Amino acid sequence: MSKSNSDDHWLVRPKTIRLLWQIFAGILALTVLAQFVIKIKGYVGVDGWFGFGALFGFAACVAMVLFAKLLGVFLKRGENYYDEEEDNA
Amino acid sequence: MPEYLPPALILLTGALLIGILRGHMRTAVVLLSPLLTLWAVWQVPDGVVATMPFLDYVIEPVEGSPLRRLFATIFAGMVFAGGLYAYRLARWYELAAAYAYAAGAIGVCFAGDLITMFLYWELMALFSTIVVWCGNTQGARAAGIRYAVMHLLGGIILKVGIEGVVVHTGSIDLQPMQVTNFDTWMILIGILINAAAPPVSAWLADAYPESSPTGSVFLSAFTTKTAVLALIMLFPGESILIWIGLFMVMYGIIYALLENDARRILAYSIVNQVGFMVCAVGIGTEMALNGAAAHAFAHIIYKALLFMSAGVVIYRTGKHKCTELGGLFRTMPLTAFCGIIGALAISGVPLTSGFTTKTMISQAAANQELVAVYLLLGAASAGVFLHAGIKFPWFVFYQRDSGLRPKDAPWNMGAAMLILVVFCIGIGVFPGLFYQFLPYPVDYEPYTAGKVLFYLQLLLFSGLAFFLLLPLMRRTETISLDTDWIWRVLIFRILQKLGLASTAVGRAISQFVRRTLNNLLAKAGHHLSTEAPDTEEEPGMLARSRPIGRTALWIAVLLTGYVLAYYF
Repeated sequence: MSKSNSDDHWLVRPKTIRLLWQIFAGILALTVLAQFVIKIKGYVGVDGWFGFGALFGFAACVAMVLFAKLLGVFLKRGENYYDEEEDNA
Repeated sequence: MPEYLPPALILLTGALLIGILRGHMRTAVVLLSPLLTLWAVWQVPDGVVATMPFLDYVIEPVEGSPLRRLFATIFAGMVFAGGLYAYRLARWYELAAAYAYAAGAIGVCFAGDLITMFLYWELMALFSTIVVWCGNTQGARAAGIRYAVMHLLGGIILKVGIEGVVVHTGSIDLQPMQVTNFDTWMILIGILINAAAPPVSAWLADAYPESSPTGSVFLSAFTTKTAVLALIMLFPGESILIWIGLFMVMYGIIYALLENDARRILAYSIVNQVGFMVCAVGIGTEMALNGAAAHAFAHIIYKALLFMSAGVVIYRTGKHKCTELGGLFRTMPLTAFCGIIGALAISGVPLTSGFTTKTMISQAAANQELVAVYLLLGAASAGVFLHAGIKFPWFVFYQRDSGLRPKDAPWNMGAAMLILVVFCIGIGVFPGLFYQFLPYPVDYEPYTAGKVLFYLQLLLFSGLAFFLLLPLMRRTETISLDTDWIWRVLIFRILQKLGLASTAVGRAISQFVRRTLNNLLAKAGHHLSTEAPDTEEEPGMLARSRPIGRTALWIAVLLTGYVLAYYF
């Protein structure tokens, strides 16, 4: 993500980033495993299943990013698109 | 004469004084008039407080209720925070316009009838346009005109609806109505235009990011949330709003994901958040309406906070694109911290205001057994974290090192942001204190272990998705086409084509006219050479008398033609 640079801020050093990923992975695992202890009350059925929140959140985001990417193919234009259109008009 | 001042008039007077006074006096007005307004808001008792004759009607300029006071409170509070944030940087006319704009919003809050509501509604449209213009760039001027056209159009549609309701029911009361006929549809559409509902959502992301760094803070707060209030008061439980709201929620996420401009990301996320509120109004139960009102309140705070942090960045660096920013946390720790708190709050992370208000809407959907709505709101919550919760702070403050080393926020901007941070966290940690101000009694507990765990899973795994998909989200120097393409490009292309066609038609017409004239001249010559025509005959074209109605019609046609010819 960030270029490695020995005199750079501690937060962007590769070592820190690796550590942050490890902590993040630990927390992720913990939130799912916690469901063995804490019962999630399902309001519509599926949302009470084991790990549903995790899977649903992840899948929803992947779907949205991919959908946005797809739309972007059709909708993206250069930054000066409207200025150029005005000049043509 | 009422025994106290309507809150909107206090703020309007403040706006006027900002224009008249200079130096410390002006600063005093900027900071004190919102507080005085806030005090006045809490002096308004329930029910109609003041009436006055207007034309043939008795209007009710001030009517109080818990819901109205709630919205007016956050509006007045927001003016104070915005004033503190802006007063050293913004020009006096931007401040004056922003205060008058906010006065319009507060006026709508207490409007007891449709006529009063409409007048304040237009006040908002007028002065918010000026705030957009204060961006003071070519882009801001053009966007301001498009913004004004959209809102004047919305105002006309609203007015048509109000006239219809007044004529057909004889009542100017502001009360819940059913969308059953033309009149009520017009009112609904007029309000939805201000809420940035489809198909005209584009006006928001077009105009707000063009305003000045201080102007966008004010703009983010009032127009859309006043529309939400109007929807709560006029159309609670109108089921079509559920689907309009869900569309807005998804639209906001997708467009924000595609966007490169930092403030435009935030603008799209306004549409997204207002979508939650519109959806809640559509659900229409007491819990849903509480949720809509609470979420509007919380949203104004964290969205202003986000716009403030983006504003500081733009003020300090002069840059506003994700592709040009990054790594700013090094020298702007305070701004980064405030931006992150705003981002966490908008994502509805537990212990922030977003969690205690947005989950109320989801709960209301679940209670009504609206399974699809409940799940879509859940997916949207994940999407909010994706596009605003992480994307905004990540690309502005982290990402790569852009090499920029700007100074942190000036003290007044930092203070304004910290005040909002306190409220973002306060409402999240002590929801009970806040819930008592909601319009209906609250029977909802946000902090159950299961609910917190569910949302932590949802949000943290969205975060995982963000970082895993980062390569797919590389920012490009692009904009995304929206429905505004229709009125910014398509219409002009069609007119161009028509223009070409009309030149062809014009040539044909002029040929025809020339030929006819020649014939006439030839005939006239022929007649003049003989004796005068019989007087019994119909008089000549110019001598005939015509009914005045037809004359007026032709003048109208001529004028229209003239205006069109002049315009193109």
